[in-house]
Amino acid sequence: MQDILQPVLNGILLGGLYAVIAIGLSTMFGIVRLVNLAHGDLLILGSFLSLVLASSVGLSPYWTILGVVPVMYFVGFFVQGFLLNRVLGKGMEPPLLVAFGLSIILQNLLLLIFTPDARSLMTRITLMTIQVTKSLNIPVVYLLDFLAGLAVILCLYYFFQKTYLGRAIRAASDDEGAAQLMGINTKNIYAKAMGIAMMTAGIAGLLVGTTFTFYPHTGPQYLIIAFGVIVIGGFGSMKGCFVGGFILAVAQLLGAHFLGPGYQLLSGYVVLLVVLALRPQGIFGTV
Amino acid sequence: MADTVALKVSGLDVHYKDFQALWDVSIEVNAGQVVSIIGANGAGKSTLLNTTSGLSTPTKGTIEFLGDRIDGQPPHETVARGVSLVPEGRRVFPRLTVYENLFIGSYTPKSRPKREQILGTIYELFPVLKERRNQMSDTLSGGEQQMLAIGRALMSEPKLILCDEISLGLAPVIIAGIYKRLRQINEDGITIVLVEQDITRSLKAANYAYILLEGKVVLEGEPSVMTEEQVKKAYFGI
Repeated sequence: MQDILQPVLNGILLGGLYAVIAIGLSTMFGIVRLVNLAHGDLLILGSFLSLVLASSVGLSPYWTILGVVPVMYFVGFFVQGFLLNRVLGKGMEPPLLVAFGLSIILQNLLLLIFTPDARSLMTRITLMTIQVTKSLNIPVVYLLDFLAGLAVILCLYYFFQKTYLGRAIRAASDDEGAAQLMGINTKNIYAKAMGIAMMTAGIAGLLVGTTFTFYPHTGPQYLIIAFGVIVIGGFGSMKGCFVGGFILAVAQLLGAHFLGPGYQLLSGYVVLLVVLALRPQGIFGTV
Repeated sequence: MADTVALKVSGLDVHYKDFQALWDVSIEVNAGQVVSIIGANGAGKSTLLNTTSGLSTPTKGTIEFLGDRIDGQPPHETVARGVSLVPEGRRVFPRLTVYENLFIGSYTPKSRPKREQILGTIYELFPVLKERRNQMSDTLSGGEQQMLAIGRALMSEPKLILCDEISLGLAPVIIAGIYKRLRQINEDGITIVLVEQDITRSLKAANYAYILLEGKVVLEGEPSVMTEEQVKKAYFGI
């Protein structure tokens, strides 16, 4: 019993990170019914941006959040405003293809600039742990991931519930035509929504970089994690993102604990399959 | 003020692909009036309103609001100028609360700072919306949703509201209540264009009426001088 506490604790903390990884994808699906296949690669773009900033300024990677988040907003605004908006309302496939194309371009662009080497954002706290009991440690990086995840989702929740822009985005996702009649420029709103989704991806990229190693082609791996989280929690639901993140991460780490590290991914997907079989719309999902 | 032209539509043609929905339609709405547009299903009434608010683009002709061309402008710009549409089928935002629906109604930069003040007058006009402000709007009855749609359209402080089939599917007693509120709104100086299939009620409420048949204006005039015979003939095209 004692020895499962550690993987469960790590899983819960890691779940916070998984939630931030997924929240941008989930939000954009909820708003424009867009499955952004480039989400993982845009996230890794955030990791590399942070790497460049940290090594050129010489600050701790955590400070690069101040630069990465605004840059990612404009990346998202551009991607939606100039690429994806053009194919909206033309069926399911065109936006999917554009996003897929973007994913390939980004991966190869990163490969070209940064070479395929493994990178990570090392900080002083990377190896720090907090000793709770003799056999239970909290890795500080995981704790930061969790807190950042919680903060991102709370901010996003407040934004969507209370502000003009947030409510306008929800209104546009309910009924685009009626939203236009309220004076909302829906295309512009979608671009801003993507900008905000990419701000969360930028934060996720930074956290991923401080927690794991990353390569130009690790994007799809995080896209898959995001999909897993969203399928478990329910598409378009913020609460679902958080709970889905916990479930997926705890399942992965318990699997690794009992069956060996090779089974980490598999045990996550087994839980995913179980949820799909019992509750295909996800725990908090409506669609 | 009495004879300022608020809305002037001249020679309007509107196509949906190969289908022509409006043929050389011209109407004039004076500021402060209630103007009724009547016609059977498919006569082009909704097309006329949607084109005025910018949801559809005309293939020919012009639309002027207080002297400025507004045809072909996107809806969000038309709203900012003071033309608000209460769309057919109400189209309230189902996953937003009543309050949030009204909140979004004041999205235009001009009306935002006055939001709470306008909200007060709308709660006065439709007290039921105040009672239900924290409810999701898809839990409202049809009549309440219609009131919400009208209230939401008023949140942008429009000078002209276009009402598309506001009595559709509602009980007569509810319709009477809504028309009473419309009269109040009009007395506050807001020009109203009413599109209805319900001839009697909308003629009674209007200062001037147009009857559309198959995308063309077939009869116009003051309702008081129109005979029942004329109206029927124009409406059914017999």
